[in-house]
Amino acid sequence: MLYFSKTKIFIIYSVIFFLSLCAFLNLIENDQNFILSKKVNLGLDLQGGSYMLLEVDSEPVLKQKLQEKLLNFKKYLKKNKIQYQDLKIINQSINFFISKNDIEKFEEFFLNKDNLINIYYNQYRSYEMTYSIIDNEVKIEYSKFGIIEIKKTTLDQSLEIVRRRIDEVGTKEPTILRRGNDRILIELPGLEDPNRIKKLLGKTANLSFRFVSQTENTFGSELLFFENSDDQLSVSKRVIVSGDNFINAKPLFDNQTNQAIVSFSFDRVGAKKFGRATTDNVGKRLAIILDNKIISAPSIREPILGGNGQISGDFTFQEATDLALLLRSGALPAPLRIVEERTVGPDLGEDSIKAGAISLMIGFLLVIFYMLYKYRLLGIIADLALIINLILLLGVLTILEATLTLPGIAGIILTVGMAVDANVLIFERIKEEMKIEKSTIHAFDMGYKRAQSAVIDANITTLISAVILFFLGSGPVKGFAVTLGIGILTTLFSAYFFARHLSSLYAMKNKDKQIVL
Amino acid sequence: MMFKIARDIQFSQFYKKMNILSSILICLSILVLLIKGLNLGVDFKGGTLIEVRTENEKIDISEIRQSLLKMELGDVTVKKFGKKNDYLVKIEMTNTNDANFIKSINDQLSSNLGSVINFRRVENVGPKVSNELLKAGLLAITLSLAAMLIYIWIRFEWQFSLGAIIALIHDVIITVGIFSFLSYEVNLSIVAAVLTIVGYSMNDTVVIFDRVRENLKKYSKISISEISNISTNQTLSRTLITSVTTLLALFSIYIFGGAILKGFSFAMIIGVIVGTYSSIFVATPILNYTNVSQKTVLKENTENN
Repeated sequence: MLYFSKTKIFIIYSVIFFLSLCAFLNLIENDQNFILSKKVNLGLDLQGGSYMLLEVDSEPVLKQKLQEKLLNFKKYLKKNKIQYQDLKIINQSINFFISKNDIEKFEEFFLNKDNLINIYYNQYRSYEMTYSIIDNEVKIEYSKFGIIEIKKTTLDQSLEIVRRRIDEVGTKEPTILRRGNDRILIELPGLEDPNRIKKLLGKTANLSFRFVSQTENTFGSELLFFENSDDQLSVSKRVIVSGDNFINAKPLFDNQTNQAIVSFSFDRVGAKKFGRATTDNVGKRLAIILDNKIISAPSIREPILGGNGQISGDFTFQEATDLALLLRSGALPAPLRIVEERTVGPDLGEDSIKAGAISLMIGFLLVIFYMLYKYRLLGIIADLALIINLILLLGVLTILEATLTLPGIAGIILTVGMAVDANVLIFERIKEEMKIEKSTIHAFDMGYKRAQSAVIDANITTLISAVILFFLGSGPVKGFAVTLGIGILTTLFSAYFFARHLSSLYAMKNKDKQIVL
Repeated sequence: MMFKIARDIQFSQFYKKMNILSSILICLSILVLLIKGLNLGVDFKGGTLIEVRTENEKIDISEIRQSLLKMELGDVTVKKFGKKNDYLVKIEMTNTNDANFIKSINDQLSSNLGSVINFRRVENVGPKVSNELLKAGLLAITLSLAAMLIYIWIRFEWQFSLGAIIALIHDVIITVGIFSFLSYEVNLSIVAAVLTIVGYSMNDTVVIFDRVRENLKKYSKISISEISNISTNQTLSRTLITSVTTLLALFSIYIFGGAILKGFSFAMIIGVIVGTYSSIFVATPILNYTNVSQKTVLKENTENN
């Protein structure tokens, strides 16, 4: 166990040298495209910032999709010459009656793998929709996979819009990820006040232009509240132009009225529609509606043909800016709800870094001195191994560009305490062997050999815990699992390669002397 | 050296007494858990947690409590946290739909107390997520126990697995029991601590077991209780040194690591002490009770060959 070939020594020290270099990268500022511009990232709990978990509420989308399905269905039934009665939506299914003779015909087109109304997913081996027939009544529902697909698409679209909105706000290095079928995870480092982002993400931003109804409670119109007051107004359900037709929107300050406004431009289709509607209805009031709330309802004074317009509505400049941002980034397909939010202020993060650094330093020194006290000369070897271990740990974290969290720092300190265990196991064994063995070299050799199974067993158990925690833990706790797990690996390396080499040098040098441990 | 005098402790003499002590502790822990339950944090119960720092140091904790109660937010607890003017506020209610929820609490608090209130940390966990986190936490602990069971099953005979797993459950129950007794908050980091305790306690047990197995192979005539004594004594100084270094690191976190890591390091300190004790006085005695002998380990060898 004590013999090291030249190649082996070279490899061991190359690894140490390389990882030390990586660890060192954290100390130098480099923002150039340096080959090794890697760094350990600080978690939100250390640098401050906001973490949010958003859930997409896909209920409304499912309802809307079913409604669209219903219309398509009518067409298809007619096209295939199937007589139907009482076609309507009940809860989450489309129901209708057909005659017995038509059932076969219906099944033929409904289960055709190339049909366009009921898509067949090859990857799931399942249809978009399922059906059941009881006494001539057909009931069609979305299948499990149909719902998954809709949720997936909704999530993808939402993700895109969320990304656009956050990019527009201009926070540094945001992380936006999908989580499962209906969630979006957002990390915004350095964000002090998450309020604005929360407000921006809380709006679906469905904008529409609709006429104000002349009389209240007429068919085809609805009562809506104003955004800034409790007043109500009856507006037509028919949408003239929607936010989909926007190509630009920006906040402006109107010097005449001393008010902030949002100026916008339509695309060609929107401009055409808007031009026609305003030409035909001069004098009428046009309501501008955002998420079912009326922003304002100005009268049309003259036809607006250029495709440009303005929205005014008692905005502060910030509000106008945010509205413009929402219009530019587009509407969310479904409402988002924040189901989890964690925000850490930057000063707390700084305090945590300080506290972490101090406790690491003190824990480290305590362990170093304790080992020196217990083992004297061998203690120096254990301590050197510990120092190398920490450097290696930092090096590996750097290469992986891991995120360091407060529990992660705790994991490093814990590694310091537990890492010496490997050397303790070995040294204790050497001590025992010394009692039996005459030769120092042989005692060292046997010590390393016989302690090996205990060292490996002991470290694997902790490694198992770390791995499970890594997969099931979330956020900062994951950071703990990372440092603890990597700490174990570097511990094994530093004990079995680095410290063993030092021990072998020590044993060779003192092979003729009687060493007292 | 220090532990040399302690070379020949007859550990097996104390097994009975220590087992009674452990049984009492476990019963008490379960009793406390049943009566008091756990003080679950917002991670697992849902709700809002706010770390508050007041600019004006003269503000009294009861003023903050009064001010919050006026806002009708449901169950509210306020307690000191770390430094003099830092407080931890826990609110039962979460309103994640209202983007202004947190801001309005801050505004009202600042105006009621007539001083700038700094929210240093806000954690807002909805009921669905807290439920999932709780399930994931329990799953993690169960899985780690199962993984340990499988690992030790592969490495040792069943008598050893039984001893190790009983020791692990012993450690987890007592640690959690102490948390319940002291009403300390259980959050995500406590789950991390429990998992690490499981790993640590296992580590400690395995080292002794390793030696027991080695000695069983070496000496055929010595009884298992004597083998246990020899093995525990041989590994004792390692057991103690490693516990000391780990505790040194943990106390360093507990004292200097700031208020957030207090619960975590406290759980770990308890776990390391209980884990070290259980390796010697819970896991190893079970080898005696199940009459482990040289045959047990040799059978394992012939099977492997």
